[in-house]
Amino acid sequence: MNKNNLFFYCLIIAFGLFAPFLFPAFKLQISFLWILIVLALTWDVQGGQMGYNTFGNVLFFGLGMYLCAGIQIGMFFPLDEWTASGGEKTFVHTPLQYFQGFFVGLLLAGVVPAIVAAIIGYGILGLRGHYFAICTLGLGIAAGEIAGGIELIGAGQGMTAPPWPKNIGDTELRSEFFYFSCLILFVVTFLFLKWAYQTRFGLVLNAIRDNEDKAEAMGIHTMRYKIIGWVVSAFFVGIAGGLVGNMIGYIEPVEVAFAGATYGVFMVLMAILGGKGTLWGPVIGATVFHIFKEGFWTFFLGWQYVALGILIVVIVVFFPEGIMGYLREKYPSQFGEIVDEEDLKAQVELK
Amino acid sequence: MQGPMDYLIFQVPILMVQAAMDGILLGILFALIAYGMALQWGVMNIINIAQGELVILGGYIAYTMYTIGIHPAFGIIVSPIIMFFLGWFLYKSIIHRVVDRDLFISILATFGISILAQQLMNFVFGADVVVAQSNFGTTMLFDERVTLPNAKIFSALVSIIFAIALIFYMKKSKLGRAIRATSQNSRAAKILGVDTEKVYAATFGINAALCGVAGTLIAITFTLHPYVGLPYTVRSFMIVIIAGLGNLPGVALSGMGLGVFEEFADYILGTEFRIGAVFLLLVLILVYRRFKLSRKREYLT
Repeated sequence: MNKNNLFFYCLIIAFGLFAPFLFPAFKLQISFLWILIVLALTWDVQGGQMGYNTFGNVLFFGLGMYLCAGIQIGMFFPLDEWTASGGEKTFVHTPLQYFQGFFVGLLLAGVVPAIVAAIIGYGILGLRGHYFAICTLGLGIAAGEIAGGIELIGAGQGMTAPPWPKNIGDTELRSEFFYFSCLILFVVTFLFLKWAYQTRFGLVLNAIRDNEDKAEAMGIHTMRYKIIGWVVSAFFVGIAGGLVGNMIGYIEPVEVAFAGATYGVFMVLMAILGGKGTLWGPVIGATVFHIFKEGFWTFFLGWQYVALGILIVVIVVFFPEGIMGYLREKYPSQFGEIVDEEDLKAQVELK
Repeated sequence: MQGPMDYLIFQVPILMVQAAMDGILLGILFALIAYGMALQWGVMNIINIAQGELVILGGYIAYTMYTIGIHPAFGIIVSPIIMFFLGWFLYKSIIHRVVDRDLFISILATFGISILAQQLMNFVFGADVVVAQSNFGTTMLFDERVTLPNAKIFSALVSIIFAIALIFYMKKSKLGRAIRATSQNSRAAKILGVDTEKVYAATFGINAALCGVAGTLIAITFTLHPYVGLPYTVRSFMIVIIAGLGNLPGVALSGMGLGVFEEFADYILGTEFRIGAVFLLLVLILVYRRFKLSRKREYLT
């Protein structure tokens, strides 16, 4: 089993490292795959492990996006003149400025959403069930609407992220740079969550999901752990947002940054498709979903959101357990569950 | 003459009155939508995110009549009939599979329906902002300082009439009694011979019909656009959680309160922050109630 796992990990890492050279045409798509996996994994910290179905993680996504681009620009040039000039590039980053801005921006794009999550978490994580879901839905959309009214960051027109400095390489280098940034983000997020789920933290999250009142009665500070969980999610989602903002190059409040109807739903859907509450579920779900999505986006151009709506309904109504849940039902012994043959027979006869 | 003090003393009170009047008339309309949501939430225990899309679709039915040449106000009769059957169909095809399941499943499924409906409306009716002209004229109040479009007064009156009619229908008719019985205890109702499936379908249909009426009124008084449904969902959700399920005077009052709040937010913060203010108010109300209840070691259920 263990040897099998090692082989599997090596396969993924090998794919990650060599994919941009094997499939150069799909570099951007595969970068987005890593981002989507990160989104699904971090959603699953709330939705799957903790049982708090949030629509609001997209808030941190958009926040990270705006912060990263804003800091990249604001460190060297006046931000308001940049957004006012729109498409015309009157300011040009030197390579050193670009990378300085990029790393500082990316770091703050993780840290600031984490702080925001810690601050609002105490109020919002006290809600439960569907109230939490609707409240976070409102939070994400409110953020988009408010960002659409602020002139400094381009209001409804949006703003451009700084372009890749011209004198250090062509667009190939740019897409490779962002590809490996996304890959590193995925690996770090995955390993961090894998470690975190093995510690007391993961056990507490599952205890909260199973019965929060009992967990509290056992002396666990559930609120503290819920906030930590949200902070972790916000940190990684914020960085993912910063990366996506740079990759797309153009940030728009409602369609790109606080996109409740795309990324906000995608993360929920991917985690559910793969199987909530498992480590591998979101990864598998995101991969399958991304392949489906790209197919739809290419072949049903114009109808993609119709397809998305149908896909949501079909997955949620007919397949709520997800792929991992299905596999678990089918091959319970592979998941470390003890299977009693006699018991199984008795169950069959009961039916 | 046009000094700042002059503006503060003479203009602001008039604008306040204008905003309050607009808000109350608007709020009555919100209350009608919220009533539908409270109905299906209480009876079927699902939260319908597609509520706003049903409203907008109802509005587009009235708009289609307007483009053919019929007066859009007749939509208050045609639209609910079409929407009732649409709601029935929606229940039979999708909703009945999620009724007994976790609430989040129903939220997500109706969210999917909402995205689907937005896109289909976008294809059929186009992405432009449209309005169905009613030509009802306006009423001037207070020496022609406060203007009230007659369409708004008409919409408020129609909302009240429909709400009262529905309350009577719920009290007196056989189906109404069955719906109320199911909302109290669906298992007991089933045992006593109520066809709960049919009751659920009818409830969803009635909700959709109410949305059809509200949509028609919105088409007359405001503007329609395929993507503005979600704010209506959130408004009605907010009204229901403030008032509580089954508290009809509360629904009417909090609807009007929300309408006034919105008009004032529009007036003070600017139109671009209007929807943002509505969504933020939702978050604040929920968090406020959570803190209030957590003192008693309780939470919103």
